[in-house]
Amino acid sequence: MLPMRAAILTLLLGAAPVAFPSQAESIKVTIDGLVYAPAEIEAKVGDEIEWVNKDALVHTATLNGGAEVLLPAKKSGRLVLQQPGSFDYICRYHPNMKGHITVRP
Amino acid sequence: MILRLTAAAAAIALLVGANGALGADKPTDPQIAHIAYTAGVLDIEAAKQAIATSKNKTVVDFAETMVRDHEAVNKQALDLVKKLNVTPEDNDTSKALSQAAETKRQELAKLSGADFDKAYVEHEVAYHKQVNGALETLLIPAAQNGELKSLLETGLKLFQGHQQHAEHVATELK
Repeated sequence: MLPMRAAILTLLLGAAPVAFPSQAESIKVTIDGLVYAPAEIEAKVGDEIEWVNKDALVHTATLNGGAEVLLPAKKSGRLVLQQPGSFDYICRYHPNMKGHITVRP
Repeated sequence: MILRLTAAAAAIALLVGANGALGADKPTDPQIAHIAYTAGVLDIEAAKQAIATSKNKTVVDFAETMVRDHEAVNKQALDLVKKLNVTPEDNDTSKALSQAAETKRQELAKLSGADFDKAYVEHEVAYHKQVNGALETLLIPAAQNGELKSLLETGLKLFQGHQQHAEHVATELK
C-alpha cells in the first residue's frame, strides 16, 4: 500500500528526479512484431529496464557488454543497469532486432 | 545445387501456375493455411537434421531458432484454424514443397562437416527466399480472412529476418 501511494505521489508531483535524485527508475521497452520500442533509451546506473515481450516468439536482449536477458513468449524480463556506458543490444535469436541503451553515471 | 533449385522452382511454378494461368484459380484459405503450415513443418525437419548432423555452434544455434520460431508460428496457425473452424486442405503446392524437401533431405544426408553446414545454410537462404516470395506475391494477397492474412504478414516479417540471419551465417561459413 505504501509503495503504491509513493508511486502515485511521484506521478502527481511529476518531479521525481528533483525530489529524489538517487531514486532508481524502471524503464519499459515493448517488443511487438520483432521490434524493440522505443529502440533508443537513456537511463542512469541503478535504473531497471523491463522488456515486455508481446510476441509469441522467444526473444533475448543481448548487450554487447555481455549481459543477456531471456524473454520468453508473452513474458517479460528485467535488467538492472550496473555500469555507465553506451550499449548496443540485439536479440540473439533474431539479430536484425536492434536496440541501444545509454547509461549515465 | 541445380537439383535443389529445380525442385524449389517446380514448387513455385505450381504455386504461380495455379494462380497465373486462369486468374480465378487462387488458393483458398484452407489451402493457404495448409501451404503455410507445411512450409513451417519442412523447415523444422530440415533444422532437426542440421542439429543432429552439424558440429558448428553457429549453425546449430541457427537451426534451433528455426525449430523454436516455426513451431511457435505453426502453433498460432493451428490455434487460428481451430478458432475459425477451417480444415487445412492438402493441395499440389504443399505436395510439391514436401517432395522438394525430401529430395533436399536425402542430398544433405550424404554430406557432413563443413560441406553439410554450407549446403544446409545455403538451402535455408534459398528456401526462405522462396517461401517469402510466395507469401508476398500470392498467399497474403489471396488470403480472405483478416486474421489469417495478419498471421501470414507477421510470419513474412519473421521469415525475412530468418533469411537475413541465414545469409549472415552463410557469410560467416565462407
